Amino acid sequence: MAAIEVRDLRRTYRTRTGIRRTSVKDTEALRGIDFDVEKGELFGLLGPNGAGKTTTIKILITLLLPTSGTARVLGFDVVKDTRSVRRRVGYVFGGDRGLYERLSALDNLRYFAELYGVPAREQRRRIAALIEQVGLKGRERELVEGYSRGMRQRLHIARGLLHDPEVLFLDEPTIGIDPVGARELRSAISGLLSAGKTVLLTTHYMFEADELCDRIAVISSGRIVAEGTPKDLKSNVADGHVLEIEVYGLGDRAVETVRQVRGVRAVAVEEREQAQILVIRTGPGAELTQPVLQCLDGVLVGKIVTREPTLEDAYVELVGKADM
Amino acid sequence: MNVLRVILTGWLMHLKMLSRSWFNGVLGVIWPLFFSTSAFLMYGSHGGRKLIAVAVGGSMIGIWSATSTSGANAMQHERREGTLELLATAPVNFAATLIPVTLAMSTVGLYSMIATVIWARMLFHVSLPVVQPFTFGVAVAVTVVSVGLFGFLLSAAVVRFRAAWALGNMLEYPVWLVCGFLIPLSLLPGWVRPVSWVLAPTWGVRAVRDASLGGSPWGSIALGVTLSVVYCVAGVLLSQRMLNSARTNATLALS
Repeated sequence: MAAIEVRDLRRTYRTRTGIRRTSVKDTEALRGIDFDVEKGELFGLLGPNGAGKTTTIKILITLLLPTSGTARVLGFDVVKDTRSVRRRVGYVFGGDRGLYERLSALDNLRYFAELYGVPAREQRRRIAALIEQVGLKGRERELVEGYSRGMRQRLHIARGLLHDPEVLFLDEPTIGIDPVGARELRSAISGLLSAGKTVLLTTHYMFEADELCDRIAVISSGRIVAEGTPKDLKSNVADGHVLEIEVYGLGDRAVETVRQVRGVRAVAVEEREQAQILVIRTGPGAELTQPVLQCLDGVLVGKIVTREPTLEDAYVELVGKADM
Repeated sequence: MNVLRVILTGWLMHLKMLSRSWFNGVLGVIWPLFFSTSAFLMYGSHGGRKLIAVAVGGSMIGIWSATSTSGANAMQHERREGTLELLATAPVNFAATLIPVTLAMSTVGLYSMIATVIWARMLFHVSLPVVQPFTFGVAVAVTVVSVGLFGFLLSAAVVRFRAAWALGNMLEYPVWLVCGFLIPLSLLPGWVRPVSWVLAPTWGVRAVRDASLGGSPWGSIALGVTLSVVYCVAGVLLSQRMLNSARTNATLALS
């Protein structure tokens, strides 16, 4: 039995606008997704904003009801067996909130330990162990309002692990954390797997997914557009190269012209302060630097780099295809 | 899972949080003093029992105001903190996470009760006699719990709505009037009285007055307890219904 089983899961949000003449708008956040996560696996759900990642997690932690389809966690239906699911899952999200600012870390953990049914005799030991594990020992009696974002995030992890859940949902846990803090957090996430946990992670950071995940599903506009190991996804784009050109003042017309160049598979533009980076996926054996530069007539060109494709390139290509 | 432990721990934690808000604390103490001062000045010539009744009514203002305005806004506060979703997905009954919040609020209202009594003694030389100390203590405790549970019912009813604070503000002043905090219920039109009977503060203020003036408060205490049970049962059912509705309509968002 898989730890998480999702079958044809759909969720539609209904919004109403207007006062006298109300109009109803339905938005399909999930359009029938299927995936399984095996026990002890770290599964990544990647996708752009609004793709349906958080909706999926919220259904799996019983916070939202699906419009149709089924989802099971450790064999329990998320609609019918709500309490059984809640006892066995932990939920950690990124950002500053989700903690009581005017309580210390210790009091936050004490309160959530009660809410999540940690037996009274075990609370003290487990809270002390978690504070040590997330590196907050010595600071646990300070009010959370004085904590840095990284410390809060580590406290979130401790809170999510309080009731020793078998399955942990991490919704963009490293968002807004500095690189050192994010690295520590990633190491803590890796540690969860050695403790036998099943983890479902959503993230925008491809290198993070590449480093941590056993398998990945790419979700776009409410549909899963690819699923496999990071290696599998990279292999979709492995038979070519990536040409990165630093440009200044790139217009839409130039991008379209580049897209028409024979041998170009995909084009994306990344904004970097004043500059833009034109990322071009090319087919195998194609030498496209000159033809592409000819399309950039009148555009100031900086550094040009050719490199091997990464998971991010695979992701951009998959999401780009799905949106077309 | 021990629900009573959850409620007790939650009450202690929320009490800690509320006590750490210097601004709310000062406001909670000072705010009712203006109204009780007005009432003392209005009833000053009546003297004796009337002034004691006003002192009790003035002290009840603090408990009620702390609970009504904050109770309706409590869930919005949890939403802002980003903790509402965590409370909603805890394996414990959702009601057990709401009750401690409003109970802590009504308990904090005791600050203003004490402040009003001290104020009455210092400025108007009105001492609360407390003829039956034990009964007085029971009456105050039942009042705090019943008002807290009324706040729970209110917060459960409005958990889905972001503008719930407006309802709390709207209820604050009418209850002072309808429950007879500062004026006798006998002065109000007959049709208002049934409304006052279903509101716990009516019996709370009556019980505390009787306990301090030497009357028999047990009837009012019993009615306060009965209403508490009714509020609690209605709140549990309503909170479950509202939570299911929120899960369907996606209205428990973090922002």
